[in-house]
Amino acid sequence: MNTAHSNISLPATLDNMAAAVAFAESRAGEAGVVAAKLPGLCLAVEEAFINICTHGFPDGQGRVELGWFTGSGSFVLEIADSGPEFDLLSVPEPDLSTEIEDREIGGLGVHFIRKFTDQADWRRENGKNILRLTVHLGQRRSHPQTAQSHD
Amino acid sequence: MDIQINKVEQTFIVSASGKIDAMTSPSYEASIAGQIEAGSLSLVLDLGGVDYISSAGLRVILAAAKSLKNRGGSLLLANARGPVKEVFDISGFGSVFKIFDSVDAAVSTASR
Repeated sequence: MNTAHSNISLPATLDNMAAAVAFAESRAGEAGVVAAKLPGLCLAVEEAFINICTHGFPDGQGRVELGWFTGSGSFVLEIADSGPEFDLLSVPEPDLSTEIEDREIGGLGVHFIRKFTDQADWRRENGKNILRLTVHLGQRRSHPQTAQSHD
Repeated sequence: MDIQINKVEQTFIVSASGKIDAMTSPSYEASIAGQIEAGSLSLVLDLGGVDYISSAGLRVILAAAKSLKNRGGSLLLANARGPVKEVFDISGFGSVFKIFDSVDAAVSTASR
């Protein structure tokens, strides 16, 4: 069973990116996501937020909503915007094998969203793009480490 | 993010600390571009104090590498650790760039 929790709504401008990342990081930590996974989640949230600011609302006139819940052993973050319909996850994987001269940076942000979460899904609902990022709880790396307690 | 610049022989070392994200990458880019425009052909980016880098930071590093290569120079990286190393590996930058374990090792390679 999923339990919805508090959302935040932020203006879709770059200077709100840190607030979006901090929201995701603190809620994920409280929900029990292990410390080792938090930097990757932060990175995914930054990339998603920046993408909305630069492509969804280039004039800066929009908002980004973040909400979260836990269920089935996972922390789920949803990032919603009312910008033009755009499936971020439809961006093709970047070519990671090319040399410096030919290397393009495009697509790398989406690549990070895919790689640093356990699952990423997009849907269009009620005129909004909704990116859902799922991170499994309590999954530690194969090598032992001193995970921090969040009590 | 804080930035320090040191010079060893003909190599400039740009040492950043903190986060290199979409907000801080413009000042990181300006520091690096300043060195390149001043004529430096050998740059080492010391990432030892960096605990977070996003695609905005990688964009800066890639642009600097291209710019230096076009001028016949070179860009070397040092001290990528933990989450930063992971980002380099996942981006494929780990195979595009030489990442040295220490600034000294990068400088001695750059000085050859």
